[in-house]
Amino acid sequence: MDAIPKRPLKSAAHVSNEKQLVARLRSGDRAGYEQLVRTYGGRMLAVAWRLVRNEEDARDCVQDAFLQAFRNIEHFEERSTLGSWLHRIVVNAALMKIRTRERRPEDSIDDLLPQFDVDGLRLEPEAELAVSLETLLESRQTSEFVRRSIDQLPEGYRNVLLIRDIEGYDTEETAALLGLTPGAVKTRLHRARAALKSLLEPVMRGEKP
Amino acid sequence: MNSLRIALRKLRALTMRTLPLMITCRELEGFMIDYLEGDLPKRQRRRFDLHLRLCPDCWRYVEAYKQTITLSQAACQDRDTPLPEDMPEELVEAILAARDKDA
Repeated sequence: MDAIPKRPLKSAAHVSNEKQLVARLRSGDRAGYEQLVRTYGGRMLAVAWRLVRNEEDARDCVQDAFLQAFRNIEHFEERSTLGSWLHRIVVNAALMKIRTRERRPEDSIDDLLPQFDVDGLRLEPEAELAVSLETLLESRQTSEFVRRSIDQLPEGYRNVLLIRDIEGYDTEETAALLGLTPGAVKTRLHRARAALKSLLEPVMRGEKP
Repeated sequence: MNSLRIALRKLRALTMRTLPLMITCRELEGFMIDYLEGDLPKRQRRRFDLHLRLCPDCWRYVEAYKQTITLSQAACQDRDTPLPEDMPEELVEAILAARDKDA
């Protein structure tokens, strides 16, 4: 079986001369700030929303992220792109927002994970995939179902899945963002993926849209 | 059919206990992340591949697991890749006003 390629980070839009924009920002050019906000803001809002799941909180995160970026533009190291830099700032802002929320006890994920007998064999046989991946990828209803299923995951597992698989950070970066060890990230990621797979089984078997 | 399935499970359990290099389905779970990212040492990878050749349930499980990753990435990209114009105007103004105050 082939390894899954790592998903690359993307910038939100094309900036024809990033160095010029950075120079303008460093000189305090207001039009440069506006260009930055309009170019990257939409994408940052989407990233924040995925994590905080609330429109108002997402906007707060984006506002906080841009203020941080404006204050720290002198520290921007041009070995990464502006988009990657801003992406990391907004992810951090979203995680800070999540941490300040009142903690609810997390639902258990165990019921969604595979079970094994005393010999270490899977208890339940695995069903054949009845619908092709191409068909599933073309369906808007399937996309909605997948997003709702991700929302059902307990927060700690959902965040690891979102940061690692959706936002494209590697294990070490995810660990640093979440304050976890790399080993804990891998364990949570695997459990999140396995739980999500269980939730998506009706779709993959062709029983749901 | 039920007794056939039970017999097959017993045979599979015996295979896993006696074949050298063989891992169980439970042990396979622990290797999943590293396997899919190509980070398993060669020896472990061989053990993983051997198990997949002999265990149709794990083969289907890994296929569905990979499909889950692809579906989740596609679903989150699909809706959540707005154009820059999707940034609400009042938010743009609020950010710039906050920046002006901060400067």
